[in-house]
Amino acid sequence: MADLTTTAPRAVTNPRATLQDLLPKIVLAPSFALILIFVYGFIVFTAFLSFSGSKLLPDFSTWVGLNNYVRLFNHPNWITALKNLAIFSTLYIVVCSAIGLALAIFLDQKIRGEGVLRPIYLYPMALSFIVTGVAWKWFLDPGIGLEHVMQSWGWESFSFRWIKDGKMAIYTIVIAAVWQSSGFVMAMFLAGLRGVDNEIIKAAQIDGASTLTIYRRIIIPLMRPVFLSAFVVLAHLAIKSYDLVVAMTDGGPGTATWTPALFMQKFTFGRNEMGMGAASAIIMMMMIFAIIVPYLYSELGKKK
Amino acid sequence: MSAASQDVATRNGIFARAFIYAVLILFAVYYLLPLYVMIVNSLKPLDEIRQGNMLALPQQWTIAPWLSAWSTAQIGVQPTGLKPYFLNSVMMVVPAVAISTILGALNGYVLTKWRFKGDNIVFGMMLLACFIPFQIVLIPSARILGLTGLAGTITGLVLIHAIYGLGFTTLFFRNYYEAFPTELVRAAQIDGASFFQIFRRILLPSSGPIIVVTVIWQFTNIWNDFLFGSSFSGFNSIPITVALNNLVNSSTGVKEYNVHFAGAILAALPTLIVYIVSGRYFVRGLMAGAVKG
Repeated sequence: MADLTTTAPRAVTNPRATLQDLLPKIVLAPSFALILIFVYGFIVFTAFLSFSGSKLLPDFSTWVGLNNYVRLFNHPNWITALKNLAIFSTLYIVVCSAIGLALAIFLDQKIRGEGVLRPIYLYPMALSFIVTGVAWKWFLDPGIGLEHVMQSWGWESFSFRWIKDGKMAIYTIVIAAVWQSSGFVMAMFLAGLRGVDNEIIKAAQIDGASTLTIYRRIIIPLMRPVFLSAFVVLAHLAIKSYDLVVAMTDGGPGTATWTPALFMQKFTFGRNEMGMGAASAIIMMMMIFAIIVPYLYSELGKKK
Repeated sequence: MSAASQDVATRNGIFARAFIYAVLILFAVYYLLPLYVMIVNSLKPLDEIRQGNMLALPQQWTIAPWLSAWSTAQIGVQPTGLKPYFLNSVMMVVPAVAISTILGALNGYVLTKWRFKGDNIVFGMMLLACFIPFQIVLIPSARILGLTGLAGTITGLVLIHAIYGLGFTTLFFRNYYEAFPTELVRAAQIDGASFFQIFRRILLPSSGPIIVVTVIWQFTNIWNDFLFGSSFSGFNSIPITVALNNLVNSSTGVKEYNVHFAGAILAALPTLIVYIVSGRYFVRGLMAGAVKG
């Protein structure tokens, strides 16, 4: 990029001009320094911790090599957390994308009241996961929520106790998380649909393609970049999922709904296993970077 | 209104359209249901929730749960209600949003109009910082806050939120200023305008929309934050999300569901109002943060 930036040679005669030249970098420097220390420096710090025998406090005097990682992957709670992450992220991504795409396509059919429906689909994104958690926790509670409602309507045998059931509780978190995020995915797809070139559709219609065929063969394949964006956003949210789990089940019943983020928190600050906590955070970061770095790389590459 | 698929739409039969409307309305009900449950049950006496039906309207309307949630409910050890925590959140959010937005604007300005060697690397590093799992910085952050005496203070939380918001605010302003004509900046420069004069007189006046988007984004994220709040707050700096969680998940005493729901709405109110008033900008922020991100 050969543009007219200040790096172009210029006769520097007086100190004021020099200051003006340096000013942009001086302005940027504090932010960059903060990011450098608080993000990258801290990552290095945590990486070191993960190889140390730290318990209650950071302790760099004992080195244990990969021992924390070995213990981590042999710990049943971490295995539970990984299994939950696999179930949660798969369902969360698939269901959110399916609902998001379906709603976007339906909304794009010259719907009367679109202006009313769209904000309704999207407002959960403005809420805190804690609020979402409280609402769903009590709504799915067998004592007062859905089960109680159905029974009081006369369906005496109706039973819905997933949130109290170790095997099913993780699915209730999926329900709440899908509720919160699917509207957002809808908005992404809707923006994508409205960007589709009209000419292609017209050509297909002249060729006699049915509506279904046009969607299946032309429009949905054109949505590939949106699918990719949705995948990246949802996957990284899934790996970070913490607040919602705390609010709904706090990892329970037992350890049934532990996620990696919950594991990190509980081991570092609850069980004084800082070394293992740090190791779990490093694994989480590696999972996220595995998804986000190639994506950012291709996105940034496209623009230039 | 150039939506391509709208041409497809006109060819749907009446039954197909009825089906589409039915599905759309069904989902609207699904999205509204938890809000409805929270509102109606926050206006009922506790007995009515226990014995009655969560989906029914109150038989006996009462605002007592709201008053309790705001000012008398037991949170932790004290019967203070959510009020002090709500104020903590306000005191935390306002400076954190202001600082991160101002710095983000300046960073975006430098990164687009005063480009230098390696600026893309600087930007790339700031961008990647948006996506790190915050678990990775929890331990060292706690250390730094402890060492600087900011542990457990609102100032500490402001600092943390401002720093970890910088990536996104910079991203927003950079993408916005990228489209701003650089010739105008160069012309002003030749006329002798200084770095800050150019920013103030030329870029800032047309930055309205992106400032709104950034402020909303930061406000929503920081207000709704739980992880930092629960990790770094002390007795006098607990934000509302943490207090709400304490209220709802405290194991002692009777579970006052109606108070919990009122509290949840109180905690959600500021971001909901922002969303209702300026939903357009909210969505733009989401898109800019996610799609471009």
